[in-house]
Amino acid sequence: MTTSLTDCVLALYEEHHELEEYQSGMPRWCNGCGDNAILTAVQRLCRDAELRPEKTVFVSGIGCSSRFPHYMKTYGFHSIHGRALPIAEGVKLARPDLHVFVNTGDGDCCSIGAAHWIHAIRYNMNMTVILHDNQIYGLTKKQASPTSPLGTRSNTTPRGSYLEALNPLTVTLGVQNVSFVAQVVDWIPDLVFDVLSAAYRHQGFSFVRVIQRCPEFQPGLHEIAMREPNRVQVLTHPRGLQLDPSLERVYKNRLEHDPSDLSRARDIASSTDAIPVGILYWNPEVPRYEQIRAPSQLRTPDKIRAGLEAELDKYTIWPDGPTATT
Amino acid sequence: MKNLPTHHDSRIATVLDEHVIEIVSDSGEGAQRCGQSLAAIAARMGNGIWTVEIIPAEIQPPARSVAGASGNRVRIGARRIESGGDEADLVVAFNEQVLLGRVRAGELKHGARILLEGMWREHPDPRIAASYAAAVDELAAAGYRVIEIPMERECRTLVGDPRKGKNMFALGILCNIYSLDLQLARDQIALIFRKKAASVIESNVTLVEAGHAWAETHLDFKFRIPAERVTTPQIVVNGNTAAALGVLASGMEICAMYPITPATSASHYLSEVFEKVGGIVHQAEDELAACAFAIGASYAGKCAITITSGPGYSLKQEALGLAVMAEIPLVVLNVQRGGPSTGQPTKTEQGDLLATVFGSHGDAPKVVMATSTIEDCFYAIITARKIAETFNMVVVVLSDANLATAQQPFARPQFSETWLAPPVDQSPIPPGAKPYDWDPVTGIARRFIPGQPGGMHTITGLAHDRNSRVAYDPVINAEGLRHRSLKLAALQRTLVPPTVHGGDTGDLLVIGWGSTKGVIEEAVDRLRGEGLAVSSMHLRFLQPMAGGIKEIMARFPRVMTIEQNWSDTLEDGVIDDSNRRYSALAMMLRARYLVDVDCWSEVRGQPLKPGRLCEVIRGRLPGRQQKEVAS
Ligand SMILES: Cc1ncc(C[n+]2csc(CCOP(=O)(O)OP(=O)(O)O)c2C)c(N)n1
Ligand code: SF4
Ligand SMILES: [Mg+2]
Repeated sequence: MTTSLTDCVLALYEEHHELEEYQSGMPRWCNGCGDNAILTAVQRLCRDAELRPEKTVFVSGIGCSSRFPHYMKTYGFHSIHGRALPIAEGVKLARPDLHVFVNTGDGDCCSIGAAHWIHAIRYNMNMTVILHDNQIYGLTKKQASPTSPLGTRSNTTPRGSYLEALNPLTVTLGVQNVSFVAQVVDWIPDLVFDVLSAAYRHQGFSFVRVIQRCPEFQPGLHEIAMREPNRVQVLTHPRGLQLDPSLERVYKNRLEHDPSDLSRARDIASSTDAIPVGILYWNPEVPRYEQIRAPSQLRTPDKIRAGLEAELDKYTIWPDGPTATT
Repeated sequence: MKNLPTHHDSRIATVLDEHVIEIVSDSGEGAQRCGQSLAAIAARMGNGIWTVEIIPAEIQPPARSVAGASGNRVRIGARRIESGGDEADLVVAFNEQVLLGRVRAGELKHGARILLEGMWREHPDPRIAASYAAAVDELAAAGYRVIEIPMERECRTLVGDPRKGKNMFALGILCNIYSLDLQLARDQIALIFRKKAASVIESNVTLVEAGHAWAETHLDFKFRIPAERVTTPQIVVNGNTAAALGVLASGMEICAMYPITPATSASHYLSEVFEKVGGIVHQAEDELAACAFAIGASYAGKCAITITSGPGYSLKQEALGLAVMAEIPLVVLNVQRGGPSTGQPTKTEQGDLLATVFGSHGDAPKVVMATSTIEDCFYAIITARKIAETFNMVVVVLSDANLATAQQPFARPQFSETWLAPPVDQSPIPPGAKPYDWDPVTGIARRFIPGQPGGMHTITGLAHDRNSRVAYDPVINAEGLRHRSLKLAALQRTLVPPTVHGGDTGDLLVIGWGSTKGVIEEAVDRLRGEGLAVSSMHLRFLQPMAGGIKEIMARFPRVMTIEQNWSDTLEDGVIDDSNRRYSALAMMLRARYLVDVDCWSEVRGQPLKPGRLCEVIRGRLPGRQQKEVAS
C-alpha cells in the first residue's frame, strides 16, 4: 500500500523530536573544524523548529562541508561538486512540502557552482543555504579558493595567491531578487544558532555565509578575530538579531542595522574594518519561484487525459471529415 | 505512367505513385508554411506524406544567398510514406540563388520541374537581373524544365505586401498541379490562422484561389496522386511535438531544459501546453543545472525529463553519472545534431550513440533507446519513463534533427492511465528496510522517497553500501557496480527480439537504428523487388540490446550497418583493417557478438535517400562488388 502525498499533507500532526533524532554517525571532520559547530546549531534548529525528519532534506555538493547530510538523520543528498543548488531547486519545485537545506563550500558555491549561485538567488526558492566558507579547498588538501585572502600560500599558490578574495556577501547582495543575507562566525555558537534560525524562518532563499575555521589548512586565519571580540561587529535590530545579554558583555562592537536597507547592507558587507555578523538583508516580499510556477490545478489522470486529448484534437485528421476541431 | 483524364478538369492529369516537392525561399518568406500546408492538405486527402524542413543555419541569412535556402521538402505518395525519399521531382523557388543552393547540394532529380519567381529578370539592379538570367540558362542547359512565374506581380493585385503572400499563391499553384481539393486547402488555412482575424483567413484564401486559377490557365501539366481517405483518426505532427506529447502522456510533471537546436522546439511546445495539465517547463541557467534540477525533482519522487542536443548532452554527463550511481530515475531526450562541438546545429546526424552508451566516467550503465519514426517519438518517452522508474535508471532517448522536424501521420493514440506515473509513495518504510537493498537477481532496490517516515538516509555519488553509507571497501564497491549492471540484464530479459524486414534469410542483412528505419526499409523493398536477397533489422534498444540479435545475424553471410555517423573507408589510402574506425553501432555489434559487421555511413547532415542506399547495398552484394565512393 502506498500513501499519496496529498494524504500525508492532510495528515499533518504535532510532533516533538529529541536532538538525537537528528544525529546520524560520528562526524569525520578534523578536531576544531568549524563544520562541527554548524552541525550542532543545525541539529538544535531542527529540534526547536520541530522539523519532521522525513520531511527534511539536506542537499550538498562535494567538499569537507558537503559531508554534512551524512550526519543528519533526515533525508540527504550528497551530490556532485558545484551542483547542490540546482538539485535542491528541483527537489523544492517537485515537493514544496519538504524543508530544504543546502550545505556548500566556498569552492563548491563560489567557484565551480558560481553560475548556479547567481541564479539560485534570482529564483528565490524557499531554502536555507549555508556557505561553509573556510577560505580554502579542504577536501582536496589545500588549494586556494575564490575566497582565500590575497597571498594565501597553498599547494597551487606556494608563493601566495594572486588575486583579491571574492566577497560572497557583496556578490549575493548584488543579485536581483536577493531576499535574505546573513553572516556569522563558527566560534560564537549561539549566534550561529540564532542566525540560522532566522534564515530558516525566512520564506525564500536564505543565504548564510558562515566563516568557518579550517585548523588543518588555514590555521590561525581567524586567531586575532577570536582573541579580540571587537574585530567582530554584531548587527542588531528589532527586526533583525537581538543579542543575548551574556553575549552583549563580550561583543561590544555592535551596529544597529535595519535589514530592510539594501544599500546600507552593501556598505556593511564591503567594509573591511571588522567582520559583520548578523542579518545584513531581509526582504520577505520577494516572489518565490516555486510559488510563481506552482501548478494552478491538481494533477489528476482525468486532467492529463483531457489535456492530451485537447492537444491531439488540434492535429487530428478525422476519417469522416476534412477539418480538425479547433 | 498512364495518362488518365480527371473528371473535374479540362487538363489531363498524369497519375503518379509519388512525388517529392520542394518549396524554397529566403527565410521569412513563408516557404515552410507553404510546404507544411501542402503536406497537411495531401494528408487530409488521404495521401501518405513525409515532410523535411530545409533550415538555413542562420536566423536571417543574407537575402538571395546560395546557403540561405529555407523551406520544406514534401513527399506525397499513394501509399504510406516512410522517409523523405530521393531527389526532388518539382521545386518551387522564390529566387534563383536559393534554388542553386539546392541544385548544387544534389537535391534535384535530373530534369526536375522548377517553378521560379520570374520578377528578378526585370530587376532594377542589372547584376541581379544578369545573375538570374544566367542561372535560368544554366539550369535549362542542364536539362531542368524551368517555368518562370510572375508570383509577386500576381500577388500585388491582391495584397499589400506581396512578399508575405507569395507562399499562399504558390500553395494554390501546387494544389492545382497535384489536383488537391481546394476546399481542403481553405479548411487548412482556417486552421492555421485560427487565432488571427477573419480578414487574415480571407486574404490567404484569396491568394490560394488566385494561385490555383493562375496554374489552371497557364500550366500545361497536371498530376494526381491517388489517395485513400483514412479510416481511423490520424495525427500529423513532427517528431519533437510527438515527443512533447509523449511527456504529457507519460505523467511526468517536470521538464528541465536549456535552449539548444534542434531539441528546443520540443520544449517550446511543452511550455505552451504543459501547464494546462499541471506540468512545468523549467528553463535552467545551463545544461548542468537542467540535468541537476531534473535529478533533484526525480529524487523527490517525480521522475523528470531533461531535453537537449549534443553539446548540452556533453554538459550533462557528470550529473548523469550521479543519477546512475545514486539510482535516481531520469529521462533524457537527446535530439542529435551534427558534431563534435557546435558542429551543424540544424543538420541531422547519429553521432552521439557511443557517448550515450558509454558516457560519464567510470562504469555508468544507462538505458539507451532510439526513436525510429514520428510515432515512436511519442511512445518512446512513455516507455522511457516507465523503465526509468521501474529500474531506477537513467533512460536516454535518442532522436535526431531529421525526426525533430519531419512530419508523418500516425494513428491517434488512445490514452491509457497505465501510461501515467504512480502517485508519489509516502507510506512508512518498514523497520529494517535498507535504501539499497539490491535484489540479488535483478539488482533492483526499492527507492525511499523523501517524506516516507522511517526512510531517512543520505544518498550519495560516492560508492556506498546497502545502507547508503559511504564505502571505501573494495568488496562493497564491486557489489554496487555489479547490481547496477545487473539491472540492464534484467531489463534485457524483458525485451522482445527485433523483427526482420524482408526475408528471414538472405545474402545480406542491413542493421540500422534511429531515424533511418523508413529509408533503409524502403531501399530493402526496392532491392527485393529487383530480386535481391536483402533484409534489414532495426534496433530500438541500443543498451541493453534485445536477445536474438546474434541468431538473426547468423542467418546472413553478410551483415552491415547503415548509419549517419563517421566511419573510415578503405578508399582512403591511409586506412586499412588495422586502423579503420567503424560506425558506432557496427563497433558495438562487432564487440558484443564477434560478428564481422561491416558498415556504411554518411555525414552530410541530410536525411539518407533510398536510391543512394540501394546503390550502396548493391555494391556490397556478392558478385556485385564495385568500388563505391563514400560521400
Ligand atoms: C568536477 C569536480 N572537480 C573537482 C573535484 C575535486 N574537488 C572535490 S572537493 C573540491 C573543493 C572543495 O572545496 P570547498 O568547496 O571549499 O569545500 P571544503 O572541502 O573546503 O569544505 C574539489 C576541487 C570534484 N570532486 N569534482
Ligand atoms: S580539512 Fe579543514 S574543513 Fe576539512 S575537516 Fe579538516 S578542518 Fe574541516
Ligand atoms: Mg572550502
